[in-house]
Amino acid sequence: MYIGVDLGSRTIKVAAWQDGRMVDQQLQESGFEPHEQAREMIKAYNPRYIVATGYGRHLAREHFANGVITEIKAHAMGIHTMLPEATTVVDIGGQDSKVITLNVKGQVTNFQMNDKCAAGTGRFLEIMATSLAYPLTDFGPAALASEEEIQINSMCTVFAESEVISLKNRGIPRQHIARAVHSSVADRIMTMLGRIGFGESIAFSGGVANNPCIVEMIRSRLENVEVNVPDNPSIIGALGASIEAARLGVQA
Amino acid sequence: MTHFEIKAYPEMWRALDMDVERFDKMRLTLGEIYEKTYLSQVNRPDAMAYFDNMIAEIHGGRIKELLAAKEEGRPVIGTFCVYIPEEIVLAAGGICVGLCGGSQGSVPDAEKILPRNICPMVKSAFGFKAGRICPYFQVLDFVYGETTCDAKKKTWEILDDMVPTHVMEIPQMKNQSDRDMWLTEVKAFKTKVESVTGKEVTIEELRQATRIMNNKRKALQRLNRLRHAKPTPISGKDVLLIEQIAFYDEPVRFTAEVNTLCDELEKRIAAAVAIPNKNAARVMVAGVPMALPNWKLHHLVEGAGAVIVNEESCIGTRYYKDLMDEDAEDMESMLKNLTSRYMQIDCSCFTPNNERIDQVLKEYQESGAQGIIHYSLQFCHTYNIEEIRIRQACEKEGIPYMFIESDYSPEDVGQLQTRVEAFLEQIGD
Repeated sequence: MYIGVDLGSRTIKVAAWQDGRMVDQQLQESGFEPHEQAREMIKAYNPRYIVATGYGRHLAREHFANGVITEIKAHAMGIHTMLPEATTVVDIGGQDSKVITLNVKGQVTNFQMNDKCAAGTGRFLEIMATSLAYPLTDFGPAALASEEEIQINSMCTVFAESEVISLKNRGIPRQHIARAVHSSVADRIMTMLGRIGFGESIAFSGGVANNPCIVEMIRSRLENVEVNVPDNPSIIGALGASIEAARLGVQA
Repeated sequence: MTHFEIKAYPEMWRALDMDVERFDKMRLTLGEIYEKTYLSQVNRPDAMAYFDNMIAEIHGGRIKELLAAKEEGRPVIGTFCVYIPEEIVLAAGGICVGLCGGSQGSVPDAEKILPRNICPMVKSAFGFKAGRICPYFQVLDFVYGETTCDAKKKTWEILDDMVPTHVMEIPQMKNQSDRDMWLTEVKAFKTKVESVTGKEVTIEELRQATRIMNNKRKALQRLNRLRHAKPTPISGKDVLLIEQIAFYDEPVRFTAEVNTLCDELEKRIAAAVAIPNKNAARVMVAGVPMALPNWKLHHLVEGAGAVIVNEESCIGTRYYKDLMDEDAEDMESMLKNLTSRYMQIDCSCFTPNNERIDQVLKEYQESGAQGIIHYSLQFCHTYNIEEIRIRQACEKEGIPYMFIESDYSPEDVGQLQTRVEAFLEQIGD
């Protein structure tokens, strides 16, 4: 079996690949020793070749992985397998967001990544959800239900949080503020898409693709462009790594 | 690997009114970083030993030489830019020192005074003087600044309170009126330098100085041609180091050492000795200068298994690509030659600056690189905006391209590493 491990900033994902398809997947919140935890997660598989991706990829290689690829290549490969018509990938993870363009073979031709701050990332949404006392899973649906257009101007997480607090203290209902928070992330992604250019088929991956409001907002901001979300967007990075493991494992 | 240490000269530093305690800590940190970044490389050319020693003696041996020169009444002038004509300083028997501005360590000193949201190079350089943590700054007769950007030109006004700072105006366009103005500025610079020595520079002295500078540029051009070999015989980090040392070493000695290294590289090329491996992806860097000790991008790229084969930068080809015509009958013609040479520099402070777009593409072809990383410092408006045109040119030519904007702090290293590795994957696929 070929194993892909995605050691992200918030969660660890594992995908197992055999005979040209994904046969198993796992996702766990990451703890203090992500490499040990990941090793534990893959124990049962009897892996032939392991490729790691995500922030902890080099740590994983030091300890158990045979190879590494970046999240950018991993998401490109994963999406190309799940949604082969996609020529642009939007990946919003815990710590950063990326827009990746692909050629017909699924190879990366260009990419954009957010700067060092947390603006436009999963972490940003998480902090804002906490500030508005929403469980993360309710945050997107609540925002989606609001129809009120208010603006959050700051992209910086710290300043945006103070904006949220001041909106709260002006008595604005929290679902409207939630919508504004989502809107600011969607605008950020649109800027990245605009900078890099995009085709007619965009695929969404990474944990934030589970948020229905973000996906809907991106969709509504684009005309004549299909925006698709694969079944389990969180696993796409690990899936891409497992496909790379199969490719390298055969050569090895 | 032997333990590397930047040598300490506490008594000399104290005599130079430095913050010795603090500086000594910085010296140890720099030594550690140098060891990790440079001495961990395998299979380096033997001739790099001279340049390693230039770093070990950066705060000692070279400073002693500058102090000795001052004893003899020779001027020591600090600069921050490739536009300041070194030929004139040399002709007057003086020493031109390109001052450092590539360290996060001095930024907090600067931020006590300067605004935070300006270029890190300007902050770092200013901080070295404000914190009294650079022996070069303490030795200088004066600083010659220039008007290549707003952050610099306004900082000179503040710096002048700590060290005499003169400013040369650099035009922003290349019309005849700009050339005339630039010639006037060059003459004013010459007069200022002569006022320190008390005697006029002769045409023979200027001719001799021009020869020295041209030989130095030719040696660096030779080094850059040799590194373009496939596989490359020297790491990008090592070449960057030499390009950085070019700004403070004694030029005749430096030229000889670079040529010695080049002789060794020729042998390596003949024997196909490669660094780090024969199939390493080849990357060209274009953009802003990487002042000592800014090795951040090179360390990331080469740490990921690729090799940098060209720096299109002020600390790079922009410093040495143009020679100056040595043949002129009189001082006026000589100074015109000098002005023409310096007018060829394609800094982003000029508008329009089409020459630079062509130069980037030319260096890409010559270096046999597989992609370009454009590197800018935060708040460097001219390079950050000119980046758009470089990107468009690369897209048109189908050149793999990535833009990185960063500063000297380590906080974005994780993200940069991912971006660099993804770029290398993109080139490799």
